[in-house]
Formats: sequence, structure tokens, C-alpha cells
Amino acid sequence: MHANTDNEGSRLGMWLFLYTEIMLFGGLFVLYAVYYNRYPGEFSAAGRELELAKGALNTGLLLLSSFTAAASIETLRKGAKRAALGLLGSTVLLGLVFLFNKYLEWSHKFAHDIFPGSDTLLKGPKGETVFYGLYFTLTGLHALHVFLGCAVLSACWVLVLKGRVTGERMNLLENTGLYWHLVDIVWIFLFPLFYLIL
Amino acid sequence: MTEKPAEKTALSITALLGVLAALLFLTGLSIALAHFYTGPLRVAAALSIAAVKTGLVLIFFMHLRQAGKAVALSFLATVVTLAVFIGLTFADTLYR
Amino acid sequence: MDRTLSFFETPSSPGQKGARAWLLTTDHKRIGLMYLWVVLFWFFLGACLGLLLRTQLMSVNHLLLSAQTYNAAFTLHGVIMIFLFVIPAIPAILGNFLVPLQIGANDVFFPRLNLLSWYLYVAGGLLAMVALFTKGAPDTGWTFYVPFSVATQTGVTLSVFAVFVLGLSSMLTGLNFITTVHRLRAKGLGWLQLPLFTWSVYATAWVQLLATPIIAVTLLLIIVERLFNVGLFDPAKGGDPLMYQHLFWMYSHPAVYIMILPAMGIISEIFPVFSRKSIFGYKAIVAATMGIAILGSLVWAHHMFVSGISDMAVLVFSFLTFLVAVPSAVKVFNWVSTMYRGSIYMAPPFFFALCFVFLFTLGGLTGLVQGAAGPNVHIHDTHFIVGHFHFVMFGGTGFAFLAGLHFWWPKLFGRLYDFKKAYAGAVLLTAGFVMHYFPMFILGLKGMPRRYYTYLPEFWPLNFFEGIGAYIMMSGLALLFFNLLRSFRGPRLAADDPWGATTLEWRTSSPPPLENFATEPEVDAYPYDFSALARKAKAAVKI
Repeated sequence: MHANTDNEGSRLGMWLFLYTEIMLFGGLFVLYAVYYNRYPGEFSAAGRELELAKGALNTGLLLLSSFTAAASIETLRKGAKRAALGLLGSTVLLGLVFLFNKYLEWSHKFAHDIFPGSDTLLKGPKGETVFYGLYFTLTGLHALHVFLGCAVLSACWVLVLKGRVTGERMNLLENTGLYWHLVDIVWIFLFPLFYLIL
Repeated sequence: MTEKPAEKTALSITALLGVLAALLFLTGLSIALAHFYTGPLRVAAALSIAAVKTGLVLIFFMHLRQAGKAVALSFLATVVTLAVFIGLTFADTLYR
Repeated sequence: MDRTLSFFETPSSPGQKGARAWLLTTDHKRIGLMYLWVVLFWFFLGACLGLLLRTQLMSVNHLLLSAQTYNAAFTLHGVIMIFLFVIPAIPAILGNFLVPLQIGANDVFFPRLNLLSWYLYVAGGLLAMVALFTKGAPDTGWTFYVPFSVATQTGVTLSVFAVFVLGLSSMLTGLNFITTVHRLRAKGLGWLQLPLFTWSVYATAWVQLLATPIIAVTLLLIIVERLFNVGLFDPAKGGDPLMYQHLFWMYSHPAVYIMILPAMGIISEIFPVFSRKSIFGYKAIVAATMGIAILGSLVWAHHMFVSGISDMAVLVFSFLTFLVAVPSAVKVFNWVSTMYRGSIYMAPPFFFALCFVFLFTLGGLTGLVQGAAGPNVHIHDTHFIVGHFHFVMFGGTGFAFLAGLHFWWPKLFGRLYDFKKAYAGAVLLTAGFVMHYFPMFILGLKGMPRRYYTYLPEFWPLNFFEGIGAYIMMSGLALLFFNLLRSFRGPRLAADDPWGATTLEWRTSSPPPLENFATEPEVDAYPYDFSALARKAKAAVKI
């Protein structure tokens, strides 16, 4: 009956938290939908200016990191602690590379005078300003979640190392994995919405 | 309440790699589509591929099917809620 | 006979003493009571602000407050009352205390998360105070509409962040209740055997969970706009200010259902007890509860009829608004029908519940007037709206909260208050309430705008009359709370159940022990089965 041993309940609680994240990003997706409908041509034009290679690389990185996260759980379940630690560590690393890549992308844009309030945007078409407003806000909020995910995954890594999270007691790791997969799913949608509207 | 037997939710590493391969393939497909298909359904096509990728992550990485009826139903309800919010907003913005 | 130790005497972790036994508790009952004291503090502050506003409005010429101060005062009054009182009160206080008891559990599913929710609630309130004293109180109204909320130099950023933190508290509480009701019901307690208060808190929890993130992101966008001028709501940069309103009301309309659903749950508990009769139409009330939660999430743009949205949207949202009135009406019919052929027993909780039905009905009917697009054009942003929402939020939720406090006070504290003073306070409150808020409908129809620090001289007589009503109302409230607090001086109650109720929380001592139930409670086939009580009464009469 009590919470400590009810894994299904703990899983339900985690999924409920994921729903709040879906709705959080959802509010921004409402904005995107409305504004894309209003400025389809300008969104396409601006989309072409984004660095597709970096976007695609980031997509690959996160997909790979979802694999390593899922795999770390499977290996830990089978008792292979070192493999689990390696895979979990890789997940964090991949997340950090994603963030670094994002930093490069943003810097590139800033260097080309593309940022909220910049002259280029103020002088350009309104749809383009909106596109970049959504771009920075959505990828920024997403990046924050990637960062938080890396932090929690790292904490999990330490707990696995110390033997506090094991094949028998892995609720925390599984729930963290769920969070990480959701962060991946958000990017799965952000990628086409910004980079493939060409 | 004891934990479910490991076999129920476990997937082999090979199977997981297979899912990853599918995800990467679909990503490539969506990029190719964006370059070569310029018809009116391009946004729908890109989002459909994203939805399929999401489904793979949900089913094989997140084990949505084994999480219980409450989770499956409520996940659907959440997505429907968001869709309805977007749809009803369009009742305004589409008809201005 | 050994008296079971109550939860007051037993900390949730052995060895905790003094303040730590409260501030570090994971006992849902202690957390509920901690919410009670902080919520009442904010209610008192919000009420004083309200009184300040209404005192100003008692005169056309002798103005207490400048226009700027008045704007800040109604903004704070709204933010405090809505986010720090009406939204959290019933779920966080009574929901926390009673839901585990009603389902036969010994706590919520995530007790430490519950404590975190309380700390987030306190932090949100403190942040709001910091905003006040650093950058000055915001003057935008609690709705923070763009472009003014982006442009104004007052403390919007911090205030809005405070609301964000409060939203987090609300979301996590919802998450906790959903998991609790799904996983911790006693053996044999099926979904259609849940008490209606638990059902209402459960439905509310879904709205808290799914709608709150929308306002969270919207408030973040205000902060981002203020800091970085992104322009997502700025027409000069291609944005649309109406999109702010859409996102804002996408949460804030469901929020009013977060406010009213638990209130209705309380009323659904009280009517059967004091009619000595099962609730009329249990399943219909369950369906109506879920129906209100769902339909109520689809009507938000009825706050925007005159803002410039399309005619199509006006049509769609007006229609949906009329639909949501149906399940609410079903509930009113069912409560009243419960009394038919019942054995009525008057006590203060029942008196409050009856006042609730009257006041909520008036509030609901005026909501329909507003939901009709044509009349809306005339009364939008007038005092008609102010009257409507006070009837439903105060006459509705406020009165239900008082009803719930008076009903469950013996369970919470093992004490009973003085009935006569309770009735006197309730009568003063109700009379003052009607005197104060009813004329607003008339003034609104005559064209008196809301959120203005003064008005045309022709509106003075009714405004003055309203002001008198406000003071009568306040004296009623003062008497009620004085009466409740005075009960702590009185004798301890011996009975588990002073009212003759049937739900599980009454099967344990008043107040309950730490673990809620000394032995696992036996679940009835039906939560409102008064047949045992009826048998006892018959036996006593000895026909």
C-alpha cells in the first residue's frame, strides 16, 4: 500500500509530471501554430537561414542519448553496473555536446545581428521577427530542460556508482529516463518546425 | 506491491539499437522530404514523421504500453487537450 | 479506556519537536493545517485591500487613493485573492486533510512532495511581497494584459514570477492527489464508491495539472518580453496581443473551475448529512463533475468577446459557455432534490450550504447573461462582471469553504464552536454580501466601468449603499473567525462523528491519529448509506 514499494504509482506520478511539461511547451506550440499560419512564407525563408547541419546533428545526438539512457536501464537491470555507468555517462555527455552545439548556433546568429531587438530583425519582415522570437524562446526553454536533465542524470550516475540505485531499486533511474525521453520528444518536434520548413 | 517481472518491460540492447536505427532513418527521411517535396502537405508530412518517431520513443524507450491503463488513457487525454487548445484558438485566428 | 493519541501529539518522524515537527512534517494533516494558517493570512490581507477599494468608492470627491494607488490596490487584491486564496484554499487545506481519510489511506502518495508544495506556496507569497517593496506594486490588474504589462515600470516581473511559483505548487498538489486516488484507495473502495468531495478534488487535480503549465509559460513569456523585447505579442514586431489573452485565459478560465469544483464537492457532502438522506443522483454528480472540468476548459475566449476576436470564435465560445452551465445546473437540482423527503437537521454547515446554493445560482445565472455575446458587449468591463465573479467565487467558493470549515472543524481540531455565533456571523455575512454585490449588477447595466478609481456622480447612491454592505460583511466574517478560534478554549470533543455522517473520515477519532485509522476501515457498498442511522433513530423512538 505504501508509496515506497508501489512502482506503478511512482511511474504514474512521473508520467503526470511529464504531462505538465507537454502542456508547458504546448503553450508555445499554440503560438507557433497561429503564427506559422499567419506568416508561412516568411517562416520558410527564415527556416532556410538556420544551420540545418547543426540541427540535424543535434537531433542525432539526442536520439542517440535516448538510446544510451534506455540501454543503461536495461544493462543495470541485468546487473551490469559498469556498462550501465558507461551508458549513463554517455547520455550526459551527449546532452552537454547538444548544449555546446546550441551555443555555437546561437552565437552564430548573434554574430549576424540576429537576436531579439536587433536591427536586422527590426528592419526585416515581421514574420521573420516572429520566427526568431519563437526560435530563441522554444530552443532556449528546451535547452534549459536539457541542462536540468543532464544534472539529474548526473545525480543518478553518482547514485548508481554508490550502489543506491540498483537493478532491483531503479525507480529513480527509470523516472529520470522518462524525463530525458520527453526532452528528446520535444526536440523531435522542434527540429522539423524550425529546420525543415523550407 | 511487488515490481513487475523484469521480462515484461526489458528489451535487448540489439532491439534498442534497432529502434535507434529506425529513428535515425526517419530523421534522414524527413530531411530528404523537406528538400525534394515542396507540395502543400509538406508541413503535415514533416510532423507526421515526427509523430512516428515520437511513437517509437514512447513505445520502446518509455514503455508506454506497460505503464498501465491510467497512463495510456491520460497520455492520450493530454495530447488531445493540447490539440483542442490549438484548434479552438484557430476558431479565432483563422477567421479574422 | 485509552485515548488514541491524535496527530497533534505524534510528529510524522519520531523525535521531531516544536517547530520542526511542523516545518519538516510529511503528515498530510499537519500540512493541511499549515496551509490553513497561511491561506487565512492572505485572505485577511486581500480582504483589507478590498475594503480599501470599496471605502474609496463610497465617495466621488473625497478620494483616499490616487488613481495609481487604486490601480495597484485592485491588482494586488486580485492576485492575492485568486492565486493565494481561492485557488489553493479548498484543495490544499481540506483536500490535503480529508482525501486520504475519505479513501481510507494513511497519507497522500508523495508526502514529501506535499511538503514541497507547501514551501512553494509560502515562497510564492513571499516573492509577491518582495515585488511590492522593491519595484512597487504592479498596476496592470491581476490579468497582466500586454502591452501594458510589458511597458509598465512597476514590479511586474517579480510578481509574475511569484505567480509562476504558486502555479508550480498547485500543479504538484494536483499530481499528488491524482496518484493518491488512483493508488491508495482502501480495499473494496471502487471509483463509484468514492465520496463526492474526493471526486471533486480528483477532477480539480486534473485541471490543476494540465492547465497550470499554460499560464506558467505565459508568465515566463511576460518576463522574457520585459527583459529581451522578443515581440511575440507586439504588433510592431509581427506579434498579436490577443494571443497573450488566449494563452492567459486558457488557464485562467479553467482556474475558476479549480475554484468551484472542490467547493461543490463540499456542498455534496453536507446536503446528505443534514437531510439524513443519500445524495440524489450520485452518478449524475460524478458525471457533472468531470463534465464541468472538461467543458470548462473549452470556453476561455468568452473573456475576449469584445477584444477583436473573429465572429466565428464569438459564436463557438458563446455556445460552449452555455453548454457548461448544464452540468452545474444538474448539481444544483440534485442538491435541492436531496432535501426532498429527507429529515432536515439544521446546523451551521448546512446553513452555509443553503446560502451557497442561493448565491451560486445567482452568480451562475449572471454568468449566462455574460456568456451571451450580445449582452456581453454592453456589460464587459463594467461592474456587472465584478458582481458576477464575486457571487460565484465568494458567494460560491468562499461560502463553501466556510461551510467546509464549519463541517470538518471538529474533525480537524476535536473542538466544536458556538452555533449561535456561527449563525449570527453567517447571517451578517450573507446580508452584507447581497447588499454589497447585488447592486453591482445594476450599476454595471447602467454603465459603471470596473477598475476605475472614481465614477460619475449618478452612481453614488448605490456605491455608498454597497460600502455599508461591505462593512456589514466584514463584521460577519470577523464574528465567524472569532467564533472558530474561540473554540480552542472550549472543551475537547469526545465523539468521532458529531453530525451523523457516513463517509470514512468520521470513522476515526476527532482529531485522527497520525496513521489516520487505528484499524483498516470497513468500506460500505455506498458512501451515503444512512440506513443504519435511520434504524437507530427508529429503535430510539420505539413505535
